[in-house]
Amino acid sequence: MKKYPYVILGCSVAAVAAIEGIRSEDREGRILVVGEEPCRAYGRPLISYYLLGETDLARMDYRPEEFYEEHGADLRLGVRAEAVDPKRKTVTFSDGEKIGYGKLLVATGSRPFDPPIEGIERVKERFSFMTKADALALEKVLSPEKRVLIVGAGLIGLKCFEGIAARVKSAAVVDLADRILPSVLDHTGAEMVQKALEARGAAFYLADAVAKFDGNTAYLKSGKELPFDLLVTAVGVRPNAELVKEAGGEVRRGIAADACGRTSLPDIYAAGDCAESFDAVSGENRVLALLPNANMQGCIAGINMAGGKAKFENAVAFNSIGFFGTHVMTAGVYEGEAYTEHTERSYKALFYKEGVLKGFILINLPERAGIYLKLLRERIPLSEVDFTALKTSPAWSAFPPAVRKRNFAAEV
Amino acid sequence: MKRIYVNEQWCLGCHLCEYECAYANSGIAGMVRALKGKAIHPRLRVEDAGDVHFAVNCRHCTDPVCIKSCISGALTKGKDGVVRIDRQKCVGCLTCVLVCPYGAVLSSPEGHAAMKCQLCTDNGRDMPNCVKYCPNGAIVYEEREAAR
Amino acid sequence: MMDLYIRPDYEVVRNQSRCIACRVCERQCANEVHSFDPETGLMEADEGKCVNCHRCVSLCPTHALKIVKTDDTYRENANWEAQAIHEVYRQANTGGVLLSSMGSPKPYPVFWDKLLINASQVTNPPIDPLREPMETQLYLGKRTAKIERGKDGLLKDTLPPQLKLSVPVLFSAMSYGSISYNAHESLARAAEELGIYYNTGEGGLHRDFYKYGKNTIVQVASGRFGVHKEYLEAAAAIEIKMGQGAKPGIGGHLPGGKISKDVSETRMIPQGVDAISPAPHHDIYSIEDLKQLVDSLKEATEYKKPIIVKIAAVHNAAAIASGIARSGADIIAIDGFRGGTGAAPTRIRDNVGIPIEPALAQIDQRLREEGIRDNVSIIVGGSVRSSADVVKAIALGADACYIGTAALLALGCHLCRSCHTGKCNWGIATQRPDLVKRLNPDLGYKRLVNLVSAWKHEIEEMMGGMGINSLEALRGNRLMLRGIGLSDTELRLLGVRYAGESL
Repeated sequence: MKKYPYVILGCSVAAVAAIEGIRSEDREGRILVVGEEPCRAYGRPLISYYLLGETDLARMDYRPEEFYEEHGADLRLGVRAEAVDPKRKTVTFSDGEKIGYGKLLVATGSRPFDPPIEGIERVKERFSFMTKADALALEKVLSPEKRVLIVGAGLIGLKCFEGIAARVKSAAVVDLADRILPSVLDHTGAEMVQKALEARGAAFYLADAVAKFDGNTAYLKSGKELPFDLLVTAVGVRPNAELVKEAGGEVRRGIAADACGRTSLPDIYAAGDCAESFDAVSGENRVLALLPNANMQGCIAGINMAGGKAKFENAVAFNSIGFFGTHVMTAGVYEGEAYTEHTERSYKALFYKEGVLKGFILINLPERAGIYLKLLRERIPLSEVDFTALKTSPAWSAFPPAVRKRNFAAEV
Repeated sequence: MKRIYVNEQWCLGCHLCEYECAYANSGIAGMVRALKGKAIHPRLRVEDAGDVHFAVNCRHCTDPVCIKSCISGALTKGKDGVVRIDRQKCVGCLTCVLVCPYGAVLSSPEGHAAMKCQLCTDNGRDMPNCVKYCPNGAIVYEEREAAR
Repeated sequence: MMDLYIRPDYEVVRNQSRCIACRVCERQCANEVHSFDPETGLMEADEGKCVNCHRCVSLCPTHALKIVKTDDTYRENANWEAQAIHEVYRQANTGGVLLSSMGSPKPYPVFWDKLLINASQVTNPPIDPLREPMETQLYLGKRTAKIERGKDGLLKDTLPPQLKLSVPVLFSAMSYGSISYNAHESLARAAEELGIYYNTGEGGLHRDFYKYGKNTIVQVASGRFGVHKEYLEAAAAIEIKMGQGAKPGIGGHLPGGKISKDVSETRMIPQGVDAISPAPHHDIYSIEDLKQLVDSLKEATEYKKPIIVKIAAVHNAAAIASGIARSGADIIAIDGFRGGTGAAPTRIRDNVGIPIEPALAQIDQRLREEGIRDNVSIIVGGSVRSSADVVKAIALGADACYIGTAALLALGCHLCRSCHTGKCNWGIATQRPDLVKRLNPDLGYKRLVNLVSAWKHEIEEMMGGMGINSLEALRGNRLMLRGIGLSDTELRLLGVRYAGESL
């Protein structure tokens, strides 16, 4: 039986970051990366940009081909891990091979949740929108006479709409919530983005849901009937946590992992969309299924797997996403007092409580937004900065001179 | 590595560096031709707050959060320590803009891609143009230790 | 009311085809000459405010600016020149004494430019300073030590206190107040690095600069500003300022606007109130009185520091110097009437005093004749513009030169002669924090070091050319000079022969 000092399950962003993390500590130990998808790691959010024509398959690679060899990582793609034996420290793969590991990283990601709607299994042209394969499959059937129904007005559903809007006849979006992007936007922000999407032909059916499908017709709870040609479901994801669960590891909403990425099983780590993080803003363990989070978690896990010491202590939820030029940045939670600025084209809402920034929404105001995220992520007491000035425009002049000196007159 | 450092005490807020940056990255020979009658989009910005002025550009962090957050792998740190953006790979999601604590990654005017200071390693200059033309030594290009 | 009479002296010429409206000129002009018109997108200029300091010209990234003297003209009149007419208008406007800054711009003769330096040919070979030793180091002070031995037979040190210089150049007195903190820091750091001295002027010594004490000459002037025991002790030498070349016979006047908190603390005077230095020292009406002050300062500093007495070059300078040489002072500093100032009444600056060259020649001559030349060293200032001026001054009898204007030029001064307005765009003659910061002493001090180092090289070259390898051999060696375009009287006063005249 072959044995690797490091085995990584999943070949996506967390895996790449883990490779980098491992290599920052251990320049020797060979790494095996096993990916179910038959391709090297790519940023999954790119799939909508692919359909939009803003990138192509070649440019989607998260790291260049030579990255893996340069980092001493063997790739085994198109293979699934079937079982983990934490006692014998082995993984069994879908091709039957069993491989031993020194340290194991579970970075298996998540999978789309199939909504249990009557008749859905009989919809012929039904797609999820998560992987390159999903996008390629969808692309094949796109044509100017097709009517698309998207179930779910979250980030995935709407990015899918953006990607295909110009290539289909019409698109309807249904969501149970009374606004679009309910998990990242408030009503004001949602309205703004909704207008931008409607201008590009999206028809929204909000606070509504598909009661049942009958062939190519969706019957909504409100009684409306929506005929369609293609169905995209984007109602949420489920972490791929079964391997760990079956091996006896603790799984809550995702795989339970500490700040070092350790699961409850010895020598087994978890990172990315399958694992929980401690959200520094909300103060609870959550699955933060976000690409940057996967990278940071993966890197920390990698460092710890290789014997280094690192902790991931400032995980926060944030998103930066555009829809037809309307750019949305959000972070944290929307609690406490709010400072808002609203114009025809832009919207800013800063939420602060107990002397710290808790969350923000910035629509079409990307300029220097990172300064707000710094306040949020580092939980900087607002009493230590000129928050009045920061409210109107994020700037370093609002920070004390000593802090500026540390950041601009020294290595960081 | 050599980085750009800001001596806030000596910054006059003249904003010359912004123009020199915009020119150096314009790809056009001759500052007048490059900048006259155009809105400039420099990769560094001078902050003015009363008598306090200082330039802000990419710090080329040791552990750059922009690279970790980039969804397309367009941001990389070279062996020379310079954090660069591959504008062909960039899809313009601006996550890097959202995460840069310095506000030093900028959305470029034509959209589609972010832009940032690459220490003039990508435009044929022998040193960062902002440093070269700072009249008062307020921006310098040198080796320095971390604070603390 | 509209000012009918004063028209702009200069025109700001903007090449609109080059101007990119970056507004750097606007941000950098403390006189608020430039402005941006958002409607036209063009820069404009209010020329009436321009002092021609060239800050905008220097910083304009596209070289779109130049400042030219206006060619607007009054009806031509060789007697009533525009400047004379202008000054009448200004005084009729205000009823005030006209104020000016820096040295007189009037076309008085510059004798340095009428003196030529000798070089060796054939019989007395020149020396290559890059290959052979060349001594530019010197000491300033009395050279009156007598050889005395103790009971043990060893030599006793009877040498009066001396200042050691690596090159015969010192930075002349410029007070903190008249010039900025950063200008002072630049001078102090440069003096330290060069192994020379700078001079506090009558502005006291800022606490931050005590550390440069061994390269500092502190001044005791008629206002006694900033003088206390610690101040005297901090210095390498003490200078009693009796007069200044740019304004002989009058005192000083630092406007309240320049007296910031820091300046007031350093000078030990109230903040924001005009600081008036009286014309005379009220305790000095004779050489004997002067001697008392020299003795007091020596007593206060335990006879460890040389005392310099500085006077303006005036008609009786030689006789006065003779008295000073007998007062116990170690060094005489003479300041010629082309010397600079932070502010002086225009009429005084342009009409009172005499040039440094004849004053120096006459003083050196007089002291030699009286056999007291070794009682004192002589420093001269008042428009020493180059290393050639230094060489000529030493050949005329000086030990070393004070440079003020040249040092300020090295720091960025463009001789706009508006120091008295306190709005120096180059951060030199101002106390406005936003302007002061324009002079970064890290850069400024290096420029001063560069300047003096360059002069040192040139002095070595010229000395080598003369076949002279030490300053000792050059001092007072007037045979190394020849006059050109000078009258017999001028030649006699300078003690030099006419060009072409052999021994």
